Amino acid sequence: MIKLFKIRGGVHPQDRKQLSANQAIENLPLPPLLHIPLQQHIGAPAEPLVRRGETVLKGALLARSQGAISAPVHAPTSGRIMGIGGFPAHHPSGLSVRTITLQPDGNDAWVDHLDPVADPFTLQPDDIARRVAEAGIVGMGGATFPAAVKLNLRNRYALHTLVINGAECEPYLTCDDRLMREQPDEVLDGVLILARGLGVERILFAIENNKPEAFAAMNSAAHAYSQVEVVGLPTRYPMGSEKHLVQTLTGRETPARGLTADIGIVVQNVATALAVHEALRHARPLISRVMTVSGGAIRQPRNIHVPLGTPLSSLIDFCGGFKQKPARLISGGPMMGQPVPSIRVPVVKGSNGLLALTEEEVRLRSEMPCIRCASCVHACPCGLLPLDMAAQIRVGSLDASVNLGLLDCIACGSCAYACPSHIPLVHYFNYAKGELAARQRAQHKQNETKRLIIIRKARMEALKQAKHEMMMKRKRELATAKQRNTETPSTEVGA
Amino acid sequence: MKLKEHRLKLQAAPLLKQSMTTGQTMRDVLLALLPATLAGLWYFGLGALLVLIASIAGAMLTEWLFSPAESRMQRLSDNTALLTGLLLGLTLPPALPLWMAFIGGAASIGLGKLIWGGMGQNLFNPALVGRAFLLATFPIAMTTWSPQSGPTEFFQIYASNLAAPFMQSVYDGISAATPLGLMKFEQQSTGLWALVSGNTSGCIGETSGLLLLLGGLYLLLRRDLDWRIPAGILGTVALFSTTLYIVDSTHYPGPLFSVFSGGLLLGAIFMATDPVTSPLTPRGTWIFAVGIGVLVVLIRAYGGFPEGVMYAILLMNAATPLIDRYTQPRVFGKGIKNP
Repeated sequence: MIKLFKIRGGVHPQDRKQLSANQAIENLPLPPLLHIPLQQHIGAPAEPLVRRGETVLKGALLARSQGAISAPVHAPTSGRIMGIGGFPAHHPSGLSVRTITLQPDGNDAWVDHLDPVADPFTLQPDDIARRVAEAGIVGMGGATFPAAVKLNLRNRYALHTLVINGAECEPYLTCDDRLMREQPDEVLDGVLILARGLGVERILFAIENNKPEAFAAMNSAAHAYSQVEVVGLPTRYPMGSEKHLVQTLTGRETPARGLTADIGIVVQNVATALAVHEALRHARPLISRVMTVSGGAIRQPRNIHVPLGTPLSSLIDFCGGFKQKPARLISGGPMMGQPVPSIRVPVVKGSNGLLALTEEEVRLRSEMPCIRCASCVHACPCGLLPLDMAAQIRVGSLDASVNLGLLDCIACGSCAYACPSHIPLVHYFNYAKGELAARQRAQHKQNETKRLIIIRKARMEALKQAKHEMMMKRKRELATAKQRNTETPSTEVGA
Repeated sequence: MKLKEHRLKLQAAPLLKQSMTTGQTMRDVLLALLPATLAGLWYFGLGALLVLIASIAGAMLTEWLFSPAESRMQRLSDNTALLTGLLLGLTLPPALPLWMAFIGGAASIGLGKLIWGGMGQNLFNPALVGRAFLLATFPIAMTTWSPQSGPTEFFQIYASNLAAPFMQSVYDGISAATPLGLMKFEQQSTGLWALVSGNTSGCIGETSGLLLLLGGLYLLLRRDLDWRIPAGILGTVALFSTTLYIVDSTHYPGPLFSVFSGGLLLGAIFMATDPVTSPLTPRGTWIFAVGIGVLVVLIRAYGGFPEGVMYAILLMNAATPLIDRYTQPRVFGKGIKNP
């Protein structure tokens, strides 16, 4: 067992995983319509390759990756393309994004040109990264960063360790727990392929101690591989934050605003590893995922294997509907998840949970003034002063909040969880980050406009200059012509 | 339940909350003060109760008067004015004229809290601002100590309690020096048991060390209290006074006397720990506590007053923003050597 290191701050929310932890993963019946957004990842949206009315087979490429950081999108089942257009996004704004609507034909027939690899360990790292990219795999812990881009970090950094994040520190969520319990060998295979793709020798598989069954399953699966070490982590939120996980395991701090690759480590999620296994061993692209549907307002909490693009309402139906009116509906965990604007929105690659929480669970209380109790300072895993940052943002001094470390905030929510005055600290930080980004865009636009104006001025100046020169030239020509005329009178004049 | 498209309120995560609330903390502190308050009433009788009521009334009326009409009841129900009034009352002499106690309560909230922008914005501990105001305004009344009344004389009010505003207050002739006064001016020590049980003259709430410690223990168990502050203050006072005692035991008291006499326990447990006016980080908190401890002993040993807890805390309150500035935690990933 390796020595673990302490991280700063953190909180201990009730994990409430028992609601769904003992529910085996079940397959969701195909819904009547799938809405597959073209942007389910960080980066550029995918470019559609299909047309309305076309029929596609399961696993067919629907939209290709566009740009260096992007991911393709595949058909979750066979059926007919009903249209490509705007549909409410899986985002609190509920704004519409370009979405492919697919009507399943019920055959669920796979494309016939599947090309699985018998032994992925004979592949070169570049080939593994290419196949991972082609399968549309993104970080499935919620960050949705394209996995292949992370694999290609090996070209720029000296990597030595792959950390698999099985912490699942968010309360309620049990999907990774179930994956580790039910498919430990497949998960481990994906992990070994990822390590091969990164060219690293050492693998640390980290699981929080509140999941003893998952730990036992992974430990026995990894028994035969000396390079893999399964590590039990103390249960504390936010243990699953990439940089804090690495610090717990290695004692090393990732430089502020840097990547864990700066210290030679890449972190991948359990579900991502399983997707890699599927992509390499069975040539199946990422078209479905496991989600936890839970919360006090859900009649029967479950872990469900869901085709991407399924409307959230189908999941709620499958779980027996609501037993009481939910006070809050969130995608993801209760600490960092996003509020869902409507139950029509589809499941995307980064959806790990759908929670319907009751008023009792969210402890709705009115906000009180800050009494500087420092609970937030003690809870912050990043060493920030959340109360001062929020106070600066409230009076509009965004620059002051940046000086206090706003951009080093990972939005884990520990501060707002700990605040006895119920001040929505993360809400302030999100607002300020958005506002700063908007200002940056405005500044960029202004600079661009200025640049164009200067160029235009120069062009106009040049044009004027050219005109002037042309005029002078013609004047000179005219003058010389006149002179010539007086010197040698035209014959026509005399005619 | 039928599934219907319904709009849900959007709120940024986290949606979970720990169970402690600011209002609950206030209630805990009030409860923790109860034993010492009751002891004060036992020792000083109805007069003390009237002083407490006058001080609380001054505080709450001021809060009510200067709050926006729509949030008046809410502001009063957060218990901060009640707590400030009570804390101030406990630091007042039991025979203080009631109108002075009322003015003190008003000054606590008005000058100590509202003028700064309300709850959480003040630099100084409001109750101590009120007390400093009274001490500067009515120096004689604030330093005239009455002997304890026995339980049989509970309903006898001190004559000076009922003095009319701005009239010369009448003292019934009997006055008793506090243990610290006896020490300072007459080099006369008081027995430890009297100090621990509270059987001495002094402010209403400061006499019984034992009950104050009990209240502190309750707050500690409820996690409402940063233990570093009382520990740092009491430790520093004990250490520093031991040093002085070794140097000159006739002029300076020993550590036990220093810790249990005067308002030190009340100040260290209930005043210095006010989160609004104390530093944020553990490191800052230690500096703050040690600073108070050193100042208390310095004022007691070399100052003009026999007691220095109030000024020590107020001075360190003033230093809190500076302490916070220099004891900020290190931001994750900053200032580390890149490999």
